[in-house]
Amino acid sequence: MNLLETTLATPLAGAVLLALIGHRRAGGWVNVGVSAITFVASLAMALNVFENGPQLSTDRLFYIDAFNVYLVALTAFVGMTTSIFSRPYMRHEVERGRVSDRRMRLYLSMYQGFLFAMLLALSTNNLGILWVAMEAATLATVLLVSLYRTPESIEAAWKYFILCGVGIAQALFGTVLVYFAAGQRLGIGRDDTLLWTVLYGAAGSLDPTVLSLAFVFLLVGYGTKVGLVPLHNWLPDAHSEGPTPMSAVLSGLLLNVALYALVRLKMLVDASLNTPLAGYLMMGFGLLSFMVAGLFLHRQHDIKRMFSYSSIEHMGLMTYAFGLGGPLATFGALLHMTVHSLTKSAIFVTVGHAAQLAGTQRIDRIRGLIRTQPAVGWGLLVGTIAIAGFPPFGVFTSEFLLLTATMKSFPWLAVPLLVGFGVAFAGLFRHLHPMVYGAPPPGQAPVRANMVPVAVHLILVLWLGLSIPKFLADWFSQATVLISGASPL
Amino acid sequence: MTSLAQLSLFEQAIIVFAALALFSSFVMLAQTRVLPLIYAFAWQGVLLALVTALVAYVSGHPHLYISAALTLALKVFLIPWLLHRLAMQLRIHLEAERIVHPSLLLLAGGGLVIFSYYIALPIVQRSGLATRNTIAVSIAIVLIGMLVMIARKKAVAQVVGFMSIENGLFFAAVVSTYGMPLIVELGVAFDVLVAAILFGVFFFHMRESFDTLDVDQLTRLSEAREPEAPHEASGAAPAGPAR
Repeated sequence: MNLLETTLATPLAGAVLLALIGHRRAGGWVNVGVSAITFVASLAMALNVFENGPQLSTDRLFYIDAFNVYLVALTAFVGMTTSIFSRPYMRHEVERGRVSDRRMRLYLSMYQGFLFAMLLALSTNNLGILWVAMEAATLATVLLVSLYRTPESIEAAWKYFILCGVGIAQALFGTVLVYFAAGQRLGIGRDDTLLWTVLYGAAGSLDPTVLSLAFVFLLVGYGTKVGLVPLHNWLPDAHSEGPTPMSAVLSGLLLNVALYALVRLKMLVDASLNTPLAGYLMMGFGLLSFMVAGLFLHRQHDIKRMFSYSSIEHMGLMTYAFGLGGPLATFGALLHMTVHSLTKSAIFVTVGHAAQLAGTQRIDRIRGLIRTQPAVGWGLLVGTIAIAGFPPFGVFTSEFLLLTATMKSFPWLAVPLLVGFGVAFAGLFRHLHPMVYGAPPPGQAPVRANMVPVAVHLILVLWLGLSIPKFLADWFSQATVLISGASPL
Repeated sequence: MTSLAQLSLFEQAIIVFAALALFSSFVMLAQTRVLPLIYAFAWQGVLLALVTALVAYVSGHPHLYISAALTLALKVFLIPWLLHRLAMQLRIHLEAERIVHPSLLLLAGGGLVIFSYYIALPIVQRSGLATRNTIAVSIAIVLIGMLVMIARKKAVAQVVGFMSIENGLFFAAVVSTYGMPLIVELGVAFDVLVAAILFGVFFFHMRESFDTLDVDQLTRLSEAREPEAPHEASGAAPAGPAR
C-alpha cells in the first residue's frame, strides 16, 4: 500500500509546495515533476494490483481493485501530460498579462489540489469520503474557472459552484440513505457501514425500496457532475471560460470520476434490487444527453464550448453503456472512458494553442490553422476525426462495441444511437473544416507550442484502435468482471 | 405512529426543536433584508446543534456531541460571522430584495413540506429510531433551501439557501442514522468551510465585475446569445486588477 500513499501524498505535498513557490519561473517545472512522480507511482501500483488482485489498506480507508486502479493511472497520466502542456501555455498567458504571478501560484497549487481530490475520490473505500472528495474537486477548480476574472468567467464559475453544489448535495442525501439502509441491516451507528467493501458484501440483504430511492438522489447528484442533460447547464460555461489546461483536465478527468462514483453505486443497487431499474435510469439519461448534446454541437460559436458539448455527448454515451450493463457494453464503456479522456484532453490542448494564435475562441475568427502552424492545424484535424469516431482510432472501436452490445439487447435503440453519431459528426465537421483549411487572416503568426502531449495521446488512441495490447485487454476484462459479473473475452 | 404523550420528554423536545428549525427555513424564504436573513440562518444552526445534542443524549452516541459542537462552531458562529462581515464590507447590509409573490412562495414551501412527508414514508416505516418522526422535516429543510436558491436573486440569499441545504442534509443524517461516521462529518464540515470562504471571494469578484450582487445580472453565457456580443479571449479583454 506504500505506492498508494505515494500516489496520494505527492500531489498533496505538491499543492502545498506550489502554494509557496508557484509564482517563480520554476513553478511550471515543479508542477511537471510532481505530476510525473504521481504518474510513476500510480503506474507501479496499477501493475501491482494487476498481478496481485484487489488490495484493502490496513485501516480499510482505501480500496483498490481493477476498476479504479485503471482510472487512477489514467488520471495521473493525463494530469502529467496536461502539466507538460500547461507550462509554456501559462507562461504565454502571464506574458500577455492575463494572469498575474499571484494567480499563477493559485493556479499551480490548485492544479495539484484538484488531482489529489480526484485520486482520493477514486481510491477511497468510504462512500462518504468519495462525496467529500468530489465536492473538494469542485471547490479546487472553481477559482480556476474564474482565473481570468472576466465577467464571463466569473459568471461561469458562479454557475459551476452553485449548480454543482446543489446537485452534489442530492448525492450526499443519497449517501445518507445508503448508510441508513446499511444501518437497518448491520447495526446503527457503526463507523464501517459506509465502507464499500462492507456494503458490497452485504448488498444482497439491503432494503431495495430505500436503495432505489437512494439511487435516484445519487443519480441526480453525481449526474450533475457527469454533465447529464438536463443537469448540464454549468458544464459548457465552466469548461470554456477557464484556462485551457483546466478545460482539458475537467473534460478529460473530472467527468470520469463522477461517472465512476455512479457506476460503483449502481453495482451496489443492482446487487440489492435484482431488477434493472438503475440501469434503465442510466440508459435513459445517458441517451438523452447523447442526443441533445449532439444537436447543440451545431449551434456553437465558441470552439471550447463546442468541445464541451462533445464531452457531454460522450459522457452520455458512457452512462448509457454502463446502464446497458453486460460484459460487452461494460468493456466498451471502459475503453470509451480511456480513449475519450486521451482524445479530449489532446483536443483541448490543441484548441488552446489555436485560440492563442488566432487571439480568440470564436469559431468564425479561427481560420487557416494548417497554413499558419501545421502542427496545430493537423493536431486539431486528427483529434476531431478521432473524437468523431472515425476508424482506425480507438473511439471507433469502443463505439462499435457499444453499438454491437445495443443490437444484441435492444436492437431498436441502435437507431437513435446511429442517428446521434451522425448528428454529432456533422456538428463537429461543419465547424472544423473552415478552421483548419482556408486562408489565414493577415498577421496571424505561429505561437510557441508543445505538441508532444497531443501526439502521444493521439498515437495511444490510434494504437488502441488498431490493437488493444494484451495486458490492457486483460485489465479491462478484469474490471468488466467486477462490474458486470462476466468476462467479455 | 405513537402519540406525542407516549414519547419521553427528550423525544418531545427533539420534535419541537425540529419544528422550529423548519420554521426558520420559512423565515429564510420570506426575509428580504440581508442581516435578518443571516440571523435566521444562525438560529437554524442553534436549533440543529440543540437537536443533535439531545439525540446524542437520548441515543447514547457520544460522537454526536462532537457533531453538535462542530455545528455550533461552524453554522452558528463562523459562517454567519463571515457573511455578516462581508455584508458590512460590501455595504449591502441595508439592502432589501423585492420578492415577487411572497405568499405564493410560502405556499410552495408548505407544499414542499407535504411532499417531504410523502418521500420520507418508506424510510420512516423501516426506521426504529426515536427520531424517525423528524426525517420528513429534514428533507423539507433541504427542499426549502433549494426553493430559496431558485426564488431569490441576491447572491447572499443564494449562499444562505446553499448553507441551509447543507443544514438539512446534516439534520437528515442525525435523525435517520444518528449521524454519519465522524471522518465523513469532518470532511463535509471542511468542504462547507472552504465553500463559505470561496463565496466570500466571489462576492468581491462579482462586485468588481458586475457592480452588483444580483444574480439576475449573470446573463452573458447562454445558448441564445449570438456572436455579436463581445467575447474575446484576446489580451484586450479586461483582465481585472491584479490583487
